[in-house]
Amino acid sequence: MSAIKFTEEHEWIRVEGDVGTVGITDFAQSQLGDVVFVELPAVGRQVTKGGDAAVVESVKAASEVYSPVTGEIVAVNEAIVDEPAKVNSEPMDGAWFFKVKLANPAELDAMMDEAGYAAFVDGQH
Amino acid sequence: MRYLPLTEADRRDMLAAIGVPSVDALFRDVPQQARQTTVIDLPPHQGELEVERALSSMAAKNVAAGSVPFFLGGGAYRHHVPATVDHMIQRGEFLTSYTPYQPEVTQGTLQYLFEFQTQVALLTGMDVANASLYDGATATAEAVTMANRVTGRRRAVLSGGLHPQYREVVETLARFVGFGVDAQPLDPEGTEDLAALVDGETSCVVVQYPNFFGRVRDLRGLAQACHAKGALLVVVVTEVVSLGALTPPGEMGADIVAAEGQSIGNGLNFGGPYVGLFATRDRFVRQMPGRLVGQTTDAEGRRGWVLTLSTREQHIRREKATSNICTNSGLCTLAFTIHLSLLGEAGLTRLAAINHGKAVQLAERLAKVPGVTVLNDSFFNEFTVRLAKPAAPVVDRLAERPIIAGVPVSRFASGHDDLLILAATETVTDADIEALATALEETLR
Amino acid sequence: MSDWSKALSRFQGGGAADGETASGNRGLQIEEPLIFEQGADGRTGVDLPQPPAGDRLGGLARKGGIGLPGLSEPQVVRHYTRLSQKNFAIDSGLYPLGSCTMKHNPRLNERMARLPGFGDLHPLQPRSTIQGALELMDRLAHWLKELTGMPAVALSPAAGAHGELCGIMTIRAALEARGDMRQRILVPESAHGTNPATAAACGYAVEAIPANDRGRVDLAALKAKLDGGVAAIMLTNPNTCGLFEDEILEIAEAVHRAGAFFYCDGANFNAIVGRVRPADLGIDCMHINLHKTFSTPHGGGGPGSGPVVLADALAPHAPLPWVVHGPDGFRLVEQVDAASGTEGTIGRLKGFHGQMGMFVRALAYMMSHGGDGLRQVAEDAVLNANYLMAGLKDVLTPSFQGPCMHEALFDDRFLKDTGVTTLDFAKAMIDEGYHPMTMYFPLVVHGALLMEPTETESKESLDQFIGVIRSLAERTRQQGAAEWFRQAPRFTPRRRLDETAAARKPQLRWRPPATAEAAE
Repeated sequence: MSAIKFTEEHEWIRVEGDVGTVGITDFAQSQLGDVVFVELPAVGRQVTKGGDAAVVESVKAASEVYSPVTGEIVAVNEAIVDEPAKVNSEPMDGAWFFKVKLANPAELDAMMDEAGYAAFVDGQH
Repeated sequence: MRYLPLTEADRRDMLAAIGVPSVDALFRDVPQQARQTTVIDLPPHQGELEVERALSSMAAKNVAAGSVPFFLGGGAYRHHVPATVDHMIQRGEFLTSYTPYQPEVTQGTLQYLFEFQTQVALLTGMDVANASLYDGATATAEAVTMANRVTGRRRAVLSGGLHPQYREVVETLARFVGFGVDAQPLDPEGTEDLAALVDGETSCVVVQYPNFFGRVRDLRGLAQACHAKGALLVVVVTEVVSLGALTPPGEMGADIVAAEGQSIGNGLNFGGPYVGLFATRDRFVRQMPGRLVGQTTDAEGRRGWVLTLSTREQHIRREKATSNICTNSGLCTLAFTIHLSLLGEAGLTRLAAINHGKAVQLAERLAKVPGVTVLNDSFFNEFTVRLAKPAAPVVDRLAERPIIAGVPVSRFASGHDDLLILAATETVTDADIEALATALEETLR
Repeated sequence: MSDWSKALSRFQGGGAADGETASGNRGLQIEEPLIFEQGADGRTGVDLPQPPAGDRLGGLARKGGIGLPGLSEPQVVRHYTRLSQKNFAIDSGLYPLGSCTMKHNPRLNERMARLPGFGDLHPLQPRSTIQGALELMDRLAHWLKELTGMPAVALSPAAGAHGELCGIMTIRAALEARGDMRQRILVPESAHGTNPATAAACGYAVEAIPANDRGRVDLAALKAKLDGGVAAIMLTNPNTCGLFEDEILEIAEAVHRAGAFFYCDGANFNAIVGRVRPADLGIDCMHINLHKTFSTPHGGGGPGSGPVVLADALAPHAPLPWVVHGPDGFRLVEQVDAASGTEGTIGRLKGFHGQMGMFVRALAYMMSHGGDGLRQVAEDAVLNANYLMAGLKDVLTPSFQGPCMHEALFDDRFLKDTGVTTLDFAKAMIDEGYHPMTMYFPLVVHGALLMEPTETESKESLDQFIGVIRSLAERTRQQGAAEWFRQAPRFTPRRRLDETAAARKPQLRWRPPATAEAAE
C-alpha cells in the first residue's frame, strides 16, 4: 500500500517506489473555488522541496503549487489542463498534478499523515 | 463653490450627527506639526468664465495643427475625427464610469471593449487583443517583457527603424527590470540586417512597420529567422491607419503586435492621452499584460461580457503579476472603436488609400524641389527626405510662415542633421502641398 | 425564414430572455447585438473622396479583406447610445467605490481640453508653436508642488501604477548613484496590488509589513525589518483602511535613519489636499492620480495620469522630458545632456510628454476650486465619509474605531450567520440603484466593504444612501435572506454573469458564426 503524506501548503504526495504523485487537497480546492486554469511544470525539470512547481487559478485567486519533495518531474497530468474543473471534483485522485522522482525520500518523514493533516486543517479555523 | 453641494447648515448638522465639534476633530490623527493651518498660497477659486478666459489665452499661444499647412507625423498623426465620435464619448455613462468590475452595471463598457478587442485582432491579423495599454511606446515595452516571459530569455534586439522614443522607453525598463537590449543605430537608409542578430539568447526582435522613417518592409523572412532560433517577432505600428492598406503583421508571422491607436478616433492632444494596442497569438494569451474582456452568459442564459483572466493582473497576483498596469485607455479605446465602426471595411480601406495617395503626391512634388531628396523607395503616408541644409533651422523658419513641415531627425539623435520626416494624411490639401514646396524651395535656396 | 422573423431571431441571438417580451427588450433596456452582427457590405458611416492614385507600398498592399462591418452613422449613434444605457456612472448616481474617488467630473474641463490650442496640437511641433502648452504644464507643476510642498514633479507617468514605476525607478537610481545597492522594498499588507507589482517589476524583493490592531502600520514590526538592505517603503496615506497613519513622522524618521526612501502612494490624496502637505510628513516621493483627486474622468478605466512629486534627493533622476523655463520662453529637454543637468535621469517612461489632455482638465479643476476650494474639498470628503460611518456603524461592522478620513471601512461580521456574503450584499445595492462599494479590499479585514462617497455628494444623497443600506442590512436578518440576496441583481441589463465559464474557455473576440462552430 502506498503512503500518502501532506504538507502545510495543502499538497498531498502519494509515494510508490521512488516516484511520488502530487496534487492539492480537497480543502485547498474548496478554498480556491472553481478552478479555471492549471499550469504544469515541464517533464524533466528539477524541483526542490518547497519550491514553485505548478500554478492553479480560480476566477479570483491564483496560487502556486509547491513541490513537497526534491527531485525530477517524470510525468504531468494534462487532463487537468484540458479540464480544470477536475481539480474541484476529484482533487485527491484523478486530478493529480505531477509525478516526481524522489531524490531524497527522507524528506517525507517530517510530513503529516492523513490524521495529522485533518487536525492541521481543523486548527486553521 | 459650484462643485460642492454641502451648505454651512449641512456641515453643522453632519458634525452634530457624527458627534464632533468641528471638522478639525476629524483630522485629529494628523500630527500637529504637519497640519496646514492656513490656505496654501495659490489663487482663490474662480468661476467658469474666468477659468475659461485664462486657459483660452494660454491655448491661444499655441499654433493649432489645423490652422496651418501641416506635415508632422513621427508617431502621432492628424486625422479627421467625425463629429459623432466626440459626441458619443462625452456621454456621461461612458465618460464618468469606472473600470467595469461590476459587470451587471457596466455591460456597455464591456461590450465596446469586446468589440474593440475584435477590431484590433482583425486589423493586425492576430488571434487576440487586449483592452488596450497606455500608448504605443509602453505597449512596445510590455511586448518585450512578455517575450522575455514566453521565451525565458532576456535579450531583445531593437531595429534602428523603431521610433527612438519607443526605444528609449524599452531601454528605461530594461535598465530597471534587468534585461538586455541590443538597439541598432538609427537606420534611415534601411540597410540593417536584423536576422543576422538573432541567436539562441534572443527573446525577441522588435521592428516597426511602416518604420520610423516611413519605409515598408516585408517581415516574413525576419519572422522565420526569429522562429528558427526560438525568438518572437514583435511588430510595432505607430500609424494604425496603414493597416487599411498594408498586409497585416499577423500574416507575416508576427507573434506580438504593439501599436499606437491614436490615429483612429483620437486627437493629437500634444502627445496624450493615446491608446496602446496589443495583440498576440492565442497560445500566449495568459502571458499577455492588460485587461481582457471575455464573453459569457448570465444567470438567465443571456449573452454578456466580463473582465476575465484577471489572475494575470496586479490586484490578484501582486508581485507575481504579468505587469503592474492597472488602468487601460478606456475612453480612447471608445473613440477608436466608434471611429472604426463608422469607417467600416470600405471607409478604412479608402481612408488608407487617400493617405497613401496624398503622401505619394507630396513625395513627387518635393522631389522636384532643388535641395530635397526623397530617401524612401516604399512608404505609406510618411517618408524621409534629405535636405541640402540642416533640417531643424529649416523647420523653424517654415514655422514662422506658418507651415509645420515635419520633424527633423536631429530632434531624436545627433548625426542626422539633414534628415526630415514628413507625413501627409487626408487632411492635407493640394494647396498645402504647394505651399510647402514653394516655401521649402525658398528656404533651401 | 422571412426577413422579419430573422430580425426577431437576431434580437435573441444572445440566447435571450425568458420570453417576457418578443424582442428580449425590457422597456428602456434594449438588447443590442455586436457591431459585427449588424454590418452590411457597401454601407459606411463616412463619406470620403476618391483617393489620389499611387502605389509605393513596396509590394505589400493588403490582399485580403479585414472583416470590419459596415454601418451607417445613425446605426453607430444608436449602437453606442444603447450601450451607454447599460452603464452605471457618476453622472447617474452615487458611486462609492473606495480608493477610486469617484467624484463629479466638471464639463468645463472637457471643453478646455478640446480647445484647438491644446487638443489639436502635435507633440513634435516646433518650440515656437507650443509655448502655451508648455506654460500649462509648468503651471500644473506649480500647483502640484505647492499643494504637496515638494520641490519637483515628473509629469509624464500615464497613470497611478506608472507613477509608482517612475517613483521606484528614481529611488533606485538615487541609491545606485551613491553606490548603495539595496534589495528589498517594504509594503504594508493593506497596500494596493500595484505596489508589490511595481516593486517586483523594478527588481526588488517585496516584504510585507503587518498592520496593528488600529489598522495602521505596525511601527515596531517595521523597525525590525528596516536595515541597510531596504531601498524604500511604499505606504499609502491615508491608508487603504481610510485611516491616517498617525505615526507617519516616526515611520519617516525610521525609514530615513535606515538610509531608505519613503514612497507614498497618493491614491488617497483627496482626503488631505489643501490641509496636509506630504512634504511635511517626510515623504520623498508620491504619485498623484489626476483622475482621482483632480477629477479627470475615469472613462471606463482610463486614461489616467499619474504625476510624481519628488524630493530634492530624487529630482535629478526624474524621467524625460523636462519642461524648462528660460529667458527665451519654455523648452522641452528630451535628451540626456550635461548642459541641462539630465545625466541622472532614469530615462523616458512614455512616448511624448505625458497625458496633456488630463493636465488641462486637472488644471481647470484646480483653478476652479482655488487654494481655498481644494482645502474645502478635503474637508467635505472627510466629513461625508464620517457622516456615512456615523449613519451605518450600528448596522454594519466598522473595522476600526475613531474617525475615518475620506472612506469608511466595514467588514463582514454583520453578515455572520446570515448566509449572505459581501458580494451578495453588493449586488443587492445594485438593484437599489447604487454602484457597490469596493469589496474584499483591503485584504487586512475579512469581507471588506470600503465606501468613499467623495465631497461631491449632497447630504440628501447620503441620507438616502444610508437609509437604503440600513434597510438592506436589516433584510439580511430576515427569513430566506441568503437566497434573496443570492438572486440579486434582478433589475439590471444582465443578471450575475458566469465568470468561471468565461475563464475556463476564454472567448476574447467575436468570430463569424461559421468559423466559431468550426473552432469548437
